[in-house]
Amino acid sequence: MDAPIYMDNNATTRVAPEVLEAMLPYFSDLYGNPSSMHTFGGQVGQKIDAARAHVARLLGAFPEEILFTSCGTESDSTAIYAAIRSNPDRKHIVTTRVEHPAVKNLVEHLGKNGYQVTFVPVDRQGRLDLDVLYDSLSDDTAIVSVMWANNETGTIFPVEEIARNVRDRGIVFHTDAVQAVGKIPINMANSAVNMLSLSGHKLHAPKGIGVLYIRKGTRFSPFLMGGHQERGRRAGTENTASIIGMGRAAELAMAGMEVENSRVKALRDKLEAELLKRVPNSMVNGDPENRLPNTTSIAFEYVEGEAILLLMDQYGICASSGSACTSGSLEPSHVLRAMGVPFTAAHGSIRFSLSVYNTAEEVDRVIEKLPPIIDRLRQMSPFWHEAQKSGK
Amino acid sequence: MWDYTDKVKDHFLHPRNVGFIDNFDGIGEVGSLACGDALKLTFKLGPDGRIADAKFQTFGCASAIASSSALTEMIKGMTLDEAAKVTNEDIANYLGGLPKEKMHCSVMGRDAMEKAIAYYRGEGEKKIDGEIVCECFGVTDKQIERAVKENGLTTIEEVTDYVKAGGGCGHCHDKIQAIIDTTLGNAPKPPKKAEPLTNIQKIKLIDATLEREIKPALNQDGGDIELVDVDGNRVLVKLRGTCASCNKSQLTLKHYVEAKLKDLVSPDLVVEEV
Repeated sequence: MDAPIYMDNNATTRVAPEVLEAMLPYFSDLYGNPSSMHTFGGQVGQKIDAARAHVARLLGAFPEEILFTSCGTESDSTAIYAAIRSNPDRKHIVTTRVEHPAVKNLVEHLGKNGYQVTFVPVDRQGRLDLDVLYDSLSDDTAIVSVMWANNETGTIFPVEEIARNVRDRGIVFHTDAVQAVGKIPINMANSAVNMLSLSGHKLHAPKGIGVLYIRKGTRFSPFLMGGHQERGRRAGTENTASIIGMGRAAELAMAGMEVENSRVKALRDKLEAELLKRVPNSMVNGDPENRLPNTTSIAFEYVEGEAILLLMDQYGICASSGSACTSGSLEPSHVLRAMGVPFTAAHGSIRFSLSVYNTAEEVDRVIEKLPPIIDRLRQMSPFWHEAQKSGK
Repeated sequence: MWDYTDKVKDHFLHPRNVGFIDNFDGIGEVGSLACGDALKLTFKLGPDGRIADAKFQTFGCASAIASSSALTEMIKGMTLDEAAKVTNEDIANYLGGLPKEKMHCSVMGRDAMEKAIAYYRGEGEKKIDGEIVCECFGVTDKQIERAVKENGLTTIEEVTDYVKAGGGCGHCHDKIQAIIDTTLGNAPKPPKKAEPLTNIQKIKLIDATLEREIKPALNQDGGDIELVDVDGNRVLVKLRGTCASCNKSQLTLKHYVEAKLKDLVSPDLVVEEV
C-alpha cells in the first residue's frame, strides 16, 4: 500500500514530534507522583502547572479554570452532570440535533430519566434555528450545551452570541469545542461560556487526554470522586506524560493558528474546488461561510460512502464518510439527516479534514485519484444510469 | 473497519458481470436510495433453458457489490428452478462469509433473484406481502418471519443484520420480538377454543390417535387395540395380543389409553372394553 495520505484529522491527529519529545522523559526518568511531598515527585507537579498555563493561554483563560480529564467525552459528561447536580430542581436540557454522540447520547439518556430535552434543529446548511433555542429556555432549564463546530461538516455555530443570551437568562452554558480548539481563535476572557470541552488528540496531543474549562464562579460538582487531585474537582492520579503533551500541543496550536487559517485553508479550498469541478453531481454539505478551515464534507450523488472509502484506501487515502455502512448502523449520519441532506447525497458523503502536516502534493494526488473512483462506482450504480437517462 | 474476507475484497475490487442486459429475459430490482443499497439484476436464458448470462448494477457498500457479483457468478449455467433455490446463506458462503451486520447484502441478492424469476414466469411484480413492521426500511412481518425461519435468528439485532428491520428509529423492536417469539414457537399460545366436535370428527380423531399414539406403544409390548364403536362419549375397544390376557390390562386401559384420548381428543371420553 502507498504511504498514507492522512485527511481524517477530525477523527484524530498524529502526535506532533515536539509533543512526543516533551512527553518521553515522563515515561522514564520523571516518573514521580506530582502529589508527593518530595522534590522528585514535586518537580512533576510544577511541570503540570506549566502545561496548565499553556492550555489556559490557548483559551484566554486562567490556569485555575483548566481541569485535565481523560478525553473529550469525560469533559462533556463532567460539564453536563455538574450543571444538573448544581441545579437539582431544574429538569430541562437544551442541545442541538447535530451534537457529537458524547453529548447526544448522554442527553438522550437523561431524557429517559426524568429530564425534558429540547433538540434544536438545523437548516439545510446546518445552521441552528436560534428562535427554537431561545424560545425553549425557561426557569426549568439546567443547561444549554451547543457544540462550537460540527465534526462532520465543520460548520461553526454562533456560540458566543448564544452563550451571552443564555447567561442573561441565568442558565449555565456549555460548549463541546473539541473540533474548534486549535483551528479557530477562542478567547474565554470576554466570553459568557461557563464550560468548554476539548480533546488532546484532535490537536496533535496523544489520545487519552482532555480538558474541561470551567469559568470561575460556575457552580461545579465533580464527576470522578476520590483523591484531591485537580483541586478536588477530578480525582485520579494525573496522566502526567499526556498532560505535558497537552501543554506542548497547546503551545504549538497557538503558534500554528495562522498556518491553519491560511495554508491549510488554501489546501482545503483547492481540494474542494477541484473535486466539485471534476466530479459532476457533487456538492458541499454545511455552511460555506462559517466553517472550520480544515474541513470539507462533499456529497457524491448516487454512490455509497463505504465503497468510496475502500477504493481510496487502495491509494492510502484516509478520509471518513457519513454513510450508514461505515458506522455499522443502517442510517446515514444523524448530522446529515438533521440537515435534510437527501438520501441520494447523504450515503455518498465523504469528509476530508486536513492538518498542518498535509502537503500540496497530497491534495493533488487526491484530486487525481478520487474522480475515477466515483465514476467507477457510478458505472455500477443503477441510480446513476437512471439519473443519466432522465437527464439530471 | 470491516473484516472482509479476501473473496469479498476480490469481488468488490474486481466485480464480475457489471452491467445491464438490454434484451433480458428476467429482471429484478430491490432496495432503494433511502435504504442505502439497491440491486438491479438481469438475466438471459440460453436455448437449453439455463441462465446463459447475468448482469448486475448495484448501489451500495463493498459487501453489497461483492454479493451481487457473487450471485451472478453462481447462477450462470443454472436452470431457473436451481437458481430459485439459491439462499442468502449460499451467497455469503460463496464469499467465505460476511460480517453479520452485512448479511442483509446477501438477502438483497436472493430477493433480486426471486423477483427476476417471477418476472420471467409472468408472475409480475409481487405485491408486498404482509404488513409493514419497520417503517424506516419498509420491512414487513412476512419478510421478518422468513428471515427468522430460514436463518434461525433469535434476537432483534440479528433480524436487523439480515433484513435491516429495527435498524432505524427502533420503535418497532417490540413487534419484531413478538414475530421472533411467534415464529420460534416461544409465544404463549392462545387458549384453544373448545369447539364441540361432530360425531364423525370425534370418531376420526379417536381412530387417528389410537393409530398414531397408542397402538405403537402397546405393540412394543406385543399388545394391540382395536376401536369397535363410539357411543356418545363412550369409546368401546377390544384389546388384543398380549393385552388380552394381561392382568394389568384394565390399568393400561384407564391410565394410558383413556388418559391419552382425554388429553388429545376430548376430556369427556370414557374408555370401555367390550
